[in-house]
Amino acid sequence: MKSVSITKAKASPEQIRYANLLFWGAWLSILLMIVTYVIYLAGILDPYVPMDKVQTYWQLPVHEYVERANIPLGWGWVKFLNRGDFLNFLGLTLLGGMTIICFCTLIPAYLKKKDWPFLIISICEVLILALAASGILAVGH
Amino acid sequence: MCARLLQRINVMLLSVFVWLYACPGFAAEQVAETLPNPDKPWWFWPLVLLVFCFILGIIAVLAGVGGGVLYVPLVSGFFPFHLDFVRGTGLLVALAGALAAGPGLLRRNLADLRLALPVALIASACAILGAFLGLALPTNIVQICLGVTIILIALLLTFSKNVERPEVKKQDFIGKALGMSGFYFEESTGENVEWKTHRTLLGLFLFIIIGIMAGMFGLGAGWANVPVLNLLMGAPLKIAVGTSKFLLSITDTSAAWVYLNKGCVIPLMAIPSIVGLMLGSFVGVRILAVAKPKIIRYIVIGVLLFAGVKALLKGLGI
Repeated sequence: MKSVSITKAKASPEQIRYANLLFWGAWLSILLMIVTYVIYLAGILDPYVPMDKVQTYWQLPVHEYVERANIPLGWGWVKFLNRGDFLNFLGLTLLGGMTIICFCTLIPAYLKKKDWPFLIISICEVLILALAASGILAVGH
Repeated sequence: MCARLLQRINVMLLSVFVWLYACPGFAAEQVAETLPNPDKPWWFWPLVLLVFCFILGIIAVLAGVGGGVLYVPLVSGFFPFHLDFVRGTGLLVALAGALAAGPGLLRRNLADLRLALPVALIASACAILGAFLGLALPTNIVQICLGVTIILIALLLTFSKNVERPEVKKQDFIGKALGMSGFYFEESTGENVEWKTHRTLLGLFLFIIIGIMAGMFGLGAGWANVPVLNLLMGAPLKIAVGTSKFLLSITDTSAAWVYLNKGCVIPLMAIPSIVGLMLGSFVGVRILAVAKPKIIRYIVIGVLLFAGVKALLKGLGI
């Protein structure tokens, strides 16, 4: 391993772009989580699952919780955004979606550089994450 | 002043554990077959979780471990939540931490996209598999496996001796083809350090196992990423730690989506966990700047051993 005393090593432009997008997205999702949680706790919007029942349900295995509380799977929660508890999924979804959004910015960058291995890796990663996020696997399971 | 602060944190941590263990409503094994009747108001557990995760966030930073690896065994062992929800939230906790740290690491070139992307592709695909496996297996089997894994992690933290700058004489073919090499700026010496990887194929293979375990237990996987990147593949410690943290943002995303889509995330417990741990991490980073608390690391190893044995016994029904 060599140590070289030249100008300070810098990250590649696509790496910087990824970092900047991730920075704003991650903090926006955390802010969104806090705001929606306050709305939920303040009772501004009625929850889908009553507060007093939640602490009973969280002791059960997930399949029982889903069955008893009639919880929508996959993206079914979108229909219940007027409910305080499901409103919180906006921030959680953005948190989970940031990596996919950031990876999408890598595709044109690697295409422009004609960096074929990393272009293929980026496309495959977007497809895998999108498949996981789509809910097709989970709901169809 | 630092010593007094750390002493207080130690006392706080121990007090929380003692209190949690003594509190009759806590043990998940007390959950009856029929619907249990909660004896606490709805706000009690989220509030306790917020405070607990805040302390956990401080401890995690001081001990140099990720939030997820502490969150899952401790919360599943001492709180009344089912393991399914703890794993789902554990992944979101690890994901939030990784997403918050990622930009800074990428900008400073301490996380490297060329090193992260190939291993992330393997780990994230396998994390989906792990998540399905974890949700399909009976809870007691997952609990036993979790207990064994936590004990092994504690041993790994005790005996693993990472190398600051491993010597890589010759880069292998795969590493070279994927361009897994680069420079980073070493602040302490004011020099650019060149690095490259070797044993890349074996490293990529190990990320299959790491991905499956991350998805199955919701632990995050920094504890495994760093030794593989540093000791096996020869990445300098700073690059291994930075890339590992960034890598979690990709691996945990895929598994977190599976848990999210299967209903394993309950906002009432998930949000205070995420926010508490992140706030704790910020405070932890500030304390870390003025102290090198080795003792905290040993306490964490002890707590992990204890939590691992408890998970194992719980899984065995003892």
